[in-house]
Amino acid sequence: MIVQGLAFYLFSAILVASGVMVISARNPVHSVLYLILAFFQAAGLCVLLGAEFLAMILVIVYVGAVAVLFLFVVMMLDINFRELRQGFLQYMPFGAMVGLILLAELAIVLGAWAAAPAATQVLGAPTPAFDQVNNTRALGQLIYTHYAYLFQASGIVLLIAMMGAIVLTLRSRQGVRKQNIPAQLARRREEVMVIRKVPTGEGV
Amino acid sequence: MEIGLGHYLTVAAILFTLGIFGIFLNRKNVIIILMSLELMLLAVNLNLVAFSVYLHDLVGQVFSMIILTVAAAEAAIGLAILVVYFRNRGSIRVEDINMMRG
Repeated sequence: MIVQGLAFYLFSAILVASGVMVISARNPVHSVLYLILAFFQAAGLCVLLGAEFLAMILVIVYVGAVAVLFLFVVMMLDINFRELRQGFLQYMPFGAMVGLILLAELAIVLGAWAAAPAATQVLGAPTPAFDQVNNTRALGQLIYTHYAYLFQASGIVLLIAMMGAIVLTLRSRQGVRKQNIPAQLARRREEVMVIRKVPTGEGV
Repeated sequence: MEIGLGHYLTVAAILFTLGIFGIFLNRKNVIIILMSLELMLLAVNLNLVAFSVYLHDLVGQVFSMIILTVAAAEAAIGLAILVVYFRNRGSIRVEDINMMRG
């Protein structure tokens, strides 16, 4: 139990510290790297909670896809980040005020919160005992049966996002020579060949 | 040293507040704003997983997966828009994004 407590405090301390660094690092590349660190710590917290599948998905999706996408964009765009940081201190008091108000509200909610006794009776899908069914299998048994439509819908969301990203960033540049296979296949003899009568001894 | 639901909720609340704070702090940099959004979604995910585990209800983890999907889609679309915007205007300053007179 003491190991669990130590692990929790370690993960959450690094999580909060890297969150602070994400929003305050001078270089956006460092921000993305701290974001990756934060995702790893969140995955550690999920493992600590006993949600292993979600922890692995967190690492694969967030670290492997989202953070790398951020890294690509930050490195590809040629932006003067120093200019973008101007006004950093100017917005600090207002942002700190809003953040503190929100934190105080959340603290009030958290302090006065108590689980209703009936909450444990109205479960949507009770977690099976861990020694019988592990987390991944239990989650699979749930999302492929009761939540199959939701699962398909999230697949459609991803498909549409992929198509949207491709359509947005695809461009056909003018003045670039490249092979146009449909145009080549659609050529007809009548369009490209001309038969001329050349008079003898005069040339074309 | 018993770690309860309240501990996880506190961490998630701090992380969510950091996300909000980041949006205000980096008013000019869209990329950092998107990263702050990711932090906030991560905090919400942590909340859902913590509740799911402590109430012994697996639906919270299903919700969390759906949120993960939406977060990935949002990041992809947002960064694609950013790249197109940068290609057209040569800048990603938030103040310059007023072509639609918003």
